Parts: sequence; C-alpha cells; structure tokens
Amino acid sequence: MRKIAIYGKGGIGKSTTTQNTVAGLAEWGKKVMVVGCDPKADSTRLLLGGLAQKTVLDTLRDEGEDVELDEILKPGYAKTKCVESGGPEPGVGCAGRGIITSINMLEQLGAYTPDLDYTFYDVLGDVVCGGFAMPIRDGKAEEIYIVVSGEMMAMYAANNICKGIVKFAQSGKVRLGGLICNSRKCDNEKELIEALAEKLGTQMIHFVPRDNVVQHAELNRKTVIEYAPEAAQADEYRTLARKIDANKMFVIPTPLTMEDLEDLLVKYGLAA
Amino acid sequence: MSEREPIPSPEAFRDEVVKSYSGKVAKKRAKHILVNDPEVPAEIEANVRTIPGIISQRGCCYAGCKGVVMGPIKDMVHIVHGPIGCSYYAWLSRRNQAATGDGIANFIHYAFSTDMQEEDIVFGGEKKLAQACREAYALLKPTAIGLYSTCPVGLIGDDVHAVARQMKEELGINVFGFSCEGYKGVSQSAGHHIANNGLFKNVVGENDTPVDHPFSINLLGEYNIGGDAFEIERILDLCGIHLVATFSGNVKYDDIAQSHNAKLNVVMCHRSINYMAEMMESKFGIPWFKVNFIGADSTAKSLRKIAEYFGNEDLTARVEEVIADELAKVVSVRADVASRLSGKTAMLFVGGSRAHHYQDLFSEVGMTSVAAGYEFAHRDDYEGRRVLPSIKVDADTRNIEELHITADDTRYAPRRTPEEIAAAEKRGFNWRDYDGMMSQMKKGTLVIDDISHFEMEKLIATYKPDIFCSGIKDKYVVEKMGVPCKQLHSYDYGGPYAGFIGATNFYQEIDRMIGKRISKLITPPWKKQSA
Repeated sequence: MRKIAIYGKGGIGKSTTTQNTVAGLAEWGKKVMVVGCDPKADSTRLLLGGLAQKTVLDTLRDEGEDVELDEILKPGYAKTKCVESGGPEPGVGCAGRGIITSINMLEQLGAYTPDLDYTFYDVLGDVVCGGFAMPIRDGKAEEIYIVVSGEMMAMYAANNICKGIVKFAQSGKVRLGGLICNSRKCDNEKELIEALAEKLGTQMIHFVPRDNVVQHAELNRKTVIEYAPEAAQADEYRTLARKIDANKMFVIPTPLTMEDLEDLLVKYGLAA
Repeated sequence: MSEREPIPSPEAFRDEVVKSYSGKVAKKRAKHILVNDPEVPAEIEANVRTIPGIISQRGCCYAGCKGVVMGPIKDMVHIVHGPIGCSYYAWLSRRNQAATGDGIANFIHYAFSTDMQEEDIVFGGEKKLAQACREAYALLKPTAIGLYSTCPVGLIGDDVHAVARQMKEELGINVFGFSCEGYKGVSQSAGHHIANNGLFKNVVGENDTPVDHPFSINLLGEYNIGGDAFEIERILDLCGIHLVATFSGNVKYDDIAQSHNAKLNVVMCHRSINYMAEMMESKFGIPWFKVNFIGADSTAKSLRKIAEYFGNEDLTARVEEVIADELAKVVSVRADVASRLSGKTAMLFVGGSRAHHYQDLFSEVGMTSVAAGYEFAHRDDYEGRRVLPSIKVDADTRNIEELHITADDTRYAPRRTPEEIAAAEKRGFNWRDYDGMMSQMKKGTLVIDDISHFEMEKLIATYKPDIFCSGIKDKYVVEKMGVPCKQLHSYDYGGPYAGFIGATNFYQEIDRMIGKRISKLITPPWKKQSA
C-alpha cells in the first residue's frame, strides 16, 4: 500500500485535487482510502456526494470507546473508502491532538487493510504543529505531494512544508514525491513552479489547468470525473493519477532560504 | 586504620564540583555555588532556568500558585482544570492544616479536578470546567471558587478567566481563575507571583467591614504546615495582637477580603508573598516588615518588633510578659538538647525562605549550618533586598504579569506618615527590608542555589553533615547515605515548629533524629556478606 499525504496552503485546492485524483485512481480499479485531516471535515464531500460523514472524533465523543469501523468508514465513489478525522469548532481545543487521536483509532480498528492500494491523507493548511505533522510522522504517510500555485504565499507555504518534511525524513521514511501545480493563471506559472521544484530537488508532477467545470462539479457534490467524465479537466486528473501511480522520484527536499525564494519570484514574475 | 582524609576547603569543593561538569554547564553552575562571606555577600545566580539534564528539586508554576499560596484558603473550592494527576499528586501532600469547628467550611482535605480526558483536549474543556463549578457549588456552597490552569489548558487555549466571569454571574459567588500553567517561569516562584496578583485583584479589599482593634495585623507568607500558624495564633492571642488574615494558612476567604483594614503587614516567607506586601502598601498604605517565627529567639524578636511598631506601653509590657513566660518553658529543653547537639552540623536545601529561617533553630541548640541554598528563591532572598535594583529582569520574569498599583481613591490611608517612618528608621527600625540568607551565614560556608542531585550527594559524601534538611524528592537518597533527612516542606509527620512550642518540638525532633539512629544499630545483610 502506498501512503500519500497531500499538503499545501489553505484554499489552494488540496481537497478538490485529492478527491479528483482519488477518483481517477478508483475509476481505474485501484482500492483507495481517503482520510480527511481537517476539522471542517470536507475532504470526502465530493466522493460521498455531500457532507454525509460522521467524523471519527464525533463518533468517539458520542460512543465512548466502543466505536465500530463501519460507523466512521463510508463507501464513496467507485468503492473508495472515506474517513473524516473531524475536530473541534474554530477557536477551541486542539485539532492537532484530534488528528493524532483519530489516526490511532483508525489503526486500532484495523482500517488499514492489506487489500488497499492507496491511503490518501488530506491535511489542513501548513504544517503548523505536531498534530498536523502526524500523517508524516511514524511512517503514517511516506509520500508527500504539495499542492501549489504561482502565487507567492502558496510558494512560501510549499517551501515551509518542505522544511517539515526534511525534519521527519531524517528520522523516518517520508519523502517528497513532487509539486502539483493547481493553476491560478499567474504569469509564467508553469515555469515558475518548475523552477521551484528544481530548487527543491523535486519535480512538478503535473500542471492542472484552471477550469470552471471544477466549480460546477463541486456545486453538484461530485468530482469532475464523476460529474463530467468526458471533460478535458477529467482527463487532467486522470493523467495526474497515472503520473502519481508511476512516480519513482522520492526525495528529501532542499528548502530554499527566504532570499532565494524571493529571487525566484522576482526573476519569473518580472520576466512576464 | 588509615588516617582520615583531610576535609576539603569549601573553595576546593566548589572547584571540584564545577570541574565535573562540561564547559557550558560548568560555567553556569559556577555562578550558583558560592563560598560565603557575610560581610560582603557575593552576587549569586538565582531564579534562572535549571539546566536540562540536571536533577533539580524545583516544582512547577501550578504547584506554587494552587499548591502553596491559594490551596490553604479553607472555605474556597479550588478546582484544578487539567488531567487528574495534577490534582492527585498534590492532594494533601503539603500538610497545610486548617481549623474546623468554627462554623466555617473547610474543604482543604478534598481534591477538585476536571479530570481532563483526551476528548477534552481535542474539543476544549471550558464547558466541563463550567459544569465542575456548578457541581461544586450545588454540593458544597463554597464562599468562592478558584480555577487553576495546568499545562494542557495553556496549550489548547481554554479561557479559564472567561469561565470564571460567567460562573461568577451565574452562581452569585466570587469565582476567579489563574493562568498558572506548570510550564510558566523557571520554578514554582512564578506561581507564587501569579497567585499574589490574582488574590490581590480578586479578593483583597472585597469586604470593607472595618476592623475594630488597635493592634491588628496580617501575617503574610505563613502556610500552616504541620500547624505552625496555630502556634503563632496562640502567641499573638496571648499578646493581645489581633490577626486579621494569614496569607494563607488557616484562613478563610473573608479574612483576606477584609485584610486591607489591618494596621500592619508582617512577612514570614519573603519569597512567596513580598509582592502582596508591596501591593497592599501602595494601594492601602499598610506598611510591612519582615519577621521570623521560626526559632524561639527569632519569635521573641519578631514580637518585640511588632510591639515597637504599635508603640503602646501596655502592649509592650504584655509582649514582654508572654516572651518571659514562654521562653522559660523553652530554655530548659533547649539546654538539655544543646548539651548533645552543640557543635554538630546541618545542611539546608529547601524553599525560598525555610533554608534561612531554620538556621535560627539550629543555632539555638549550638549547631552550625555549613551549607544552605534555596530551590526557587531570587537574589534578594540570598543577598538582601538592597540588590533589588541590580537584579536583571530576564525574559522568563517578563512573562509573568507585573501589576502596577496606585493608591486607592477612597481607601488609601497611610498607617504611618513619612515622618514617622523616617523617625523610626533613624532609630534603627527596618521597614520593608530583608537582609537575606547570606549575611547571617558564617564565613566559609557554602551557599548553593537550585542544588543539583549530583552536588547534593557530593556535599554529603564530602562533609558528612549530622543532619540534612530538604524535601521528599531527595529524603530517602540522603538517608541511604546514612545521614538523617528532615523534610522542611512537609515536616515529615511532625510540627508545629514555629513559635515557642514549635521550637521545643524541633529541638527534640532533631535530637531524636541525630541521637537515635536506628540504622546504626543494625548491620544490613549486604555488609554481613562482605565481612
């Protein structure tokens, strides 16, 4: 089983990209589990056709210790298995600790069955604390893909996440698999992200163009692959899925200094 | 028999200990270990972070706030917001006592905790804390409720102060919170300061009922371990001195709420409560000075100073009468015990004032304190308050709130005019001062701040003191080394040791511990085998 975590700046399109990629793999016959690691619990919405999921932590709170796996593991599009970790409402408690609790619970309940080809962790925002780093600690996830765009803050975040990966890579198996560029139609975006990838010692595994069909599919609570299987955008996600499946390039990234990152931005930004 | 090895000089001891550490540690620890010169106390490093890896005696901020200063207030319910261990391991272990039978509720033998579970960490524990307040109120109807933050509360950001405000309104009693998370500051000292601030902001001055007594005082920094406060109360009562509030041994909430109406504050434990004395002087005009009721002569001296403050002939006469009566009962025991203990040596490593105060009791029976140090004191407790302006305020200290107090608009009433204060000073009366431990210790004795376990073992092995005073963390290590260890935190199972009766108790206890060493009467099996 390949264990993959998707990181990236908040709002960059991690959940959308993850679910569409998972749909691409599942449609192709792969067995995939998706673990949403965001208190908002919206990482499996498109696969399940709405926010139908009761989260691990809510279940744990309501049921005490007697939690059954089928209460928290729901089947989604093309036999995907969907889990939402869940978490506290904004401003209270500790969402990071919640993720740790919930992944431990999944392990105890035997959610990681041998028939799975993939487990995807969709993780909130930046690597902000120990809890959010949980999926890349202790070998829970071994491959990281960072969703990024040509916008400055998204690149800052990607670079920061790489620092987190370096920290855990030295003591464990986690490696960076590549950057996924989720286009915002910035100037020179493809070249910029390719250059960033090179500096980080990795690859831009795919450039996902911007297409309004993604929004239409989301309004219909579906992935593009399910909503508009013939659309060009659906093929983009299928391509991404196959590239990930075929990927052999796993590295310990080499994060940039702030100066290097800004130089890069100036070079490509001004070249436009 | 080989000749006895010569005893190393304190300088040689210090050098050897420091040499055992690696570079950076050696440099740091060297500043905490001094050979004393009482004439010119040298600058000691204190109240700084313990070096990681060193076994320290220190406690945490929560222990200082809830455990030491707030916990003894008997008719309050003290709810610890945190996992159960923080409450369980602090449950009655300080041995502070409170009287019953006066119609005032006494809850200090209970432990109240929100017993935080994993789900409270993840989802936040404020609702559970509010529920705990409601339950405590429904069951016990306490006068007030205090809420105490433990480490995880700070990490997840539960707002204990917001819960306190909400509960105060809902329950109609005073409810107030403390952000005394264990990790704050470098030791329990941070917790004392936070407790002082909270007590001052939320309780002192809440009850304006006048105190109608010519000789009314507050006793600050006496926590009634083993019944010390009972003995001090007994003596003050005999003298006709009215005790409004003790901070915080054997005290009820209303005493502290009313304490701003007293005429004088006297301070026992300077370290834990000097903030309160300062703030009450600034806001209400109550002068303060340092006293010590540990030691019969020290008790007499403290009583005389209180009498001198009030300057009333009848009071002075009565105080002298009490001293004469009480000392008469002490001296015969003292002479008897001194006949056996005179010339013996003691080491004291404890607290923020005890390692100093108890030297008086030892010297009363002719013993010498050859090494001493505090766990969590600051430089002023070693070198005297004169060094206060030169104490470096580091980031750890800045993290603890410092209240800036101004005179109360309506209730500020200086008990002494500046002229009276100056006149008393002129005839040698020491106001708001503390000379610290070092000026009282002999030349060539060792003063060690925040002693490490390694240094302690080395001290005992080198100098073989007749008795070692510390706390539960090292008691049995010391006793395994063949040296009796008297706990000066909890008093083991004894007390009181304050005042006149307490002095007698202490002489006899030390006499028993040094003179009747059961461990010397048996040969342990491992020694038999090797023989």
